[in-house]
Amino acid sequence: MNKLDSLESQSVYILREAYREFKSLAMLWSIGKDSTVLLWLSRKAFFGHVPFPLVHIDTSYKIPEMIQYRDELARKWKLNMVFGQNTKALTEKKTFPEGAIDRIACCRALKSEALKHTLAGDWPRFRMNHATGQYELDKNTEPYTGVIVGARADEEGSRSKERYFSPRDKNNEWDIGDQPPELWNQFKTDFAPGTHVRIHPLLDWTELNVWEYIEREKIPMTKLYFDQGDGKRYRSLGCFPCTFSVESKAKTVAEIVEELRSGKFANIAERSGRAQDKEDGGGLETLRRDGYM
Amino acid sequence: MTHEREHMNVVIVGHVDHGKSTLIGRLLADTGALPEGKLEAVKANCERNAKPFEYAFLLDALKDEQSQGITIDTARSFFKSKKRDYIIIDAPGHIEFLKNMVSGAARAEAALLVIDAHEGIQENSKRHGYMLSFLGINNITVCINKMDLVQYQKAVYNRIKEEYGNFLKELNLKPSAFIPISAREGDNMVHLSKRMPWYQRETILEALDSFKMAAAKDEQPLRFPLQDIYRFTEEEDDRRIFAGRIETGRLHVGDEVIFYPSFKQSRVKSIEGFSTNPVQEMAAGQSTGVCLATQIYVKPGEIMCKKLEKAPHLSSKFKANVFWMGRQPMVKNKKYKLKIATLQIPVILHEILSVLDASELSSVKNKSTVDRHDVAECVLETMKPVGFDIVTEISETGRFVIVDQYEIVGGGIILAPVFEGQTSLQEQIQQREQNWQRSEITPDKRFLKHQHKSAFVILTGPADTDKQKIAKALEEELFKLGKFAYFLGISNQLMAAKDSSQDRTLGKLEQIQQLGEMAHMMTDAGLILLTSISNLDEFELKMMKELNQPNKTFVINVGESHLASSSVDLFIPDQNSLEKSIQEIFKILLKAIALDPEYTI
Ligand SMILES: Nc1nc2c(ncn2[C@@H]2O[C@H](COP(=O)(O)OP(=O)(O)OP(=O)(O)O)[C@@H](O)[C@H]2O)c(=O)[nH]1
Ligand SMILES: [Mg+2]
Repeated sequence: MNKLDSLESQSVYILREAYREFKSLAMLWSIGKDSTVLLWLSRKAFFGHVPFPLVHIDTSYKIPEMIQYRDELARKWKLNMVFGQNTKALTEKKTFPEGAIDRIACCRALKSEALKHTLAGDWPRFRMNHATGQYELDKNTEPYTGVIVGARADEEGSRSKERYFSPRDKNNEWDIGDQPPELWNQFKTDFAPGTHVRIHPLLDWTELNVWEYIEREKIPMTKLYFDQGDGKRYRSLGCFPCTFSVESKAKTVAEIVEELRSGKFANIAERSGRAQDKEDGGGLETLRRDGYM
Repeated sequence: MTHEREHMNVVIVGHVDHGKSTLIGRLLADTGALPEGKLEAVKANCERNAKPFEYAFLLDALKDEQSQGITIDTARSFFKSKKRDYIIIDAPGHIEFLKNMVSGAARAEAALLVIDAHEGIQENSKRHGYMLSFLGINNITVCINKMDLVQYQKAVYNRIKEEYGNFLKELNLKPSAFIPISAREGDNMVHLSKRMPWYQRETILEALDSFKMAAAKDEQPLRFPLQDIYRFTEEEDDRRIFAGRIETGRLHVGDEVIFYPSFKQSRVKSIEGFSTNPVQEMAAGQSTGVCLATQIYVKPGEIMCKKLEKAPHLSSKFKANVFWMGRQPMVKNKKYKLKIATLQIPVILHEILSVLDASELSSVKNKSTVDRHDVAECVLETMKPVGFDIVTEISETGRFVIVDQYEIVGGGIILAPVFEGQTSLQEQIQQREQNWQRSEITPDKRFLKHQHKSAFVILTGPADTDKQKIAKALEEELFKLGKFAYFLGISNQLMAAKDSSQDRTLGKLEQIQQLGEMAHMMTDAGLILLTSISNLDEFELKMMKELNQPNKTFVINVGESHLASSSVDLFIPDQNSLEKSIQEIFKILLKAIALDPEYTI
């Protein structure tokens, strides 16, 4: 089997284990390339269907094209689309772009906090009504006990230490010093009430693998990843105040693959355009211990 | 287009502080595999915190790891040689993190085993060597590290090579090379070192590239552990898809297949996929799904095999080597959960044959528990027969993990099926019979009083039938006739019958066992006990029958049946009227428990 086939097969296996074992399962969709590949892999695993909700944490500072692309795909693929956000921090303007707090604290409020409460179901969730195309308050407030996330081991230090199935306690915290054993594709699928499990089907994929797979499968991507003529593109998507575009003339998936394989980005880390990483000496560890994806 | 490059996972193991992380860090640095600026950033960070720079920090990314200078959990790093792509797995050497080492090593096809030349062979050098053999990894290279600390002496290298080589021989492991290195100084890592002119063989980089790829598993018999059965009805999809991964062998449209342990048979009608061209055949390693030519009832966890190929073993007892990671020791007769391929089933430790001290390869006999980090040869017993293979024949269906509470606490490999001896249920019943104080009122006396013998009547079948209504109506009829009858209602939620995944937990079997015990008591009192439980299988029925012995048990299936006719006394079609159903049941009871015939209409 070639590399992409075996990566795909393992991810599909993990997704199916998760679907069988977790009654209340959701997938986090950040609209970026990794979680979009994850979404595609779900359609592979479940033969064209996506049998769980896709949850997006909307910080309101996402690049507008991202939201547009999210809703387009949600309509086209009939996805069970849900979003949540930290409305309080936003209305009180307690964010980094408003100058109220630093980057890390902002990530914590708009992402980690919003994620925690959206997963727990104690903050409102908004769900797309496919009849009207509008988002409505979701009646389902059940906590999600299995959460599928597109983290990759090659992104940064703490992710390189992840398990495929990684338990989080009541406060969403990750006990990185005492992770469960994981052998022979037997995963941690039993968990105490109140806790949940993060599921990482993409751990073994590199950024290059992700783009090679997008190329092979012709997965639609938001145009933000491509040079629109100004010699700039995004390599990693996030909130616009903290994510910067890179100089690149790559206009197609094939050109991105080439750029990563032997071109200008072959040796440059993907998250080098993310400002919040630099503020944390622990390489995102601090944020991730508290539940950041 | 995508390059067809080989890919391999390699784990680095060895005793604590012997230089595993340093080896990887140095390898990444010297081959230009680090992202631009990474090395500089780590160095700058060390300077800021007034710590000496360590190559290990490139891997030991956690704050606790850096402050303690120790690897806590395994890390994946990505590395490309000219020849292939690697995922290099850095394992911790401290005994406290052995479960993490095992988690990392279980993902690998090959291993570099690091030994500190100055400190020599230590406890975990051996234990890790043993764990590699346990995990079935026989692609091994030994790295004798920190040669700088022993003045690059050939004699030190030779001594360790001989001693450790002998140890590995006992494990039937033959390393491809013993390489003297200094990871920190970069000797013999990527280029041969001038400081050890006496060594002219492979470098670390060459040793990696000379590991042989595992042979494809296509030629073995088909093992397709059933992960799930899908029926997604949106957009008029009416396929019933049996999903799973082909662990070994090949699967072709038209193949005659058989499921274990249920022995259900069918034929592969189609191989399903999404956004791919239709295919006729799939082989080992692929996750896929099939539609079958006939409607059969099987459950996730069963193994689909080919009728014409070698079948797996089928037994509820087997001999295995178990590696224990739980903080609580493994004890006899406690119920754990066994996960083997996609099956989950209650299991007990039946017998400990011997316990091994993996750092000395010496075995301890007569131990009554299996403690943390022990490896025990033992006999395990599952509550129902399972299909499995011997690990040396087909490893994917020959190894398992054990779960206690919410945690994976043990891993094991199957050595042989065991057919002798009693099952623990039989033992339990025997004990019960020995200790039972029989009443002076004999069954005959009770018969004279009640005018019927006792019976345990179980109504089963699909969840959405009238069996409960029938059972209740039957109770009422019997009661009106002055019979000694009782309907025991068990909620379906409790028994969790509708959802096939739920019956794979300990819960249902435990309840069934309790019910069997209860039935025995009540039938002993002369009662006609009626109950209705959805979707019981042959083994569950057998268990209740055994527990209810010596009293009689009757099984009545209402509606569609997945049961063999030998385990059912009466089949009642779902469309029967209530009166007709009751009449039919009466007919059976009439003869069997000498119910008086006045009810025959
Ligand atoms: N002199 C010398 N020191 C070395 C060499 N390789 C590693 N070290 C030192 O040995 C210490 C331990 O190295 P690590 O790479 O952290 O050891 P490890 O095997 O990964 O340790 P754990 O992961 O905690 O089991 C560090 O201080 C290294 O600098 C070497 O070749 N020569
Ligand atoms: Mg280490």
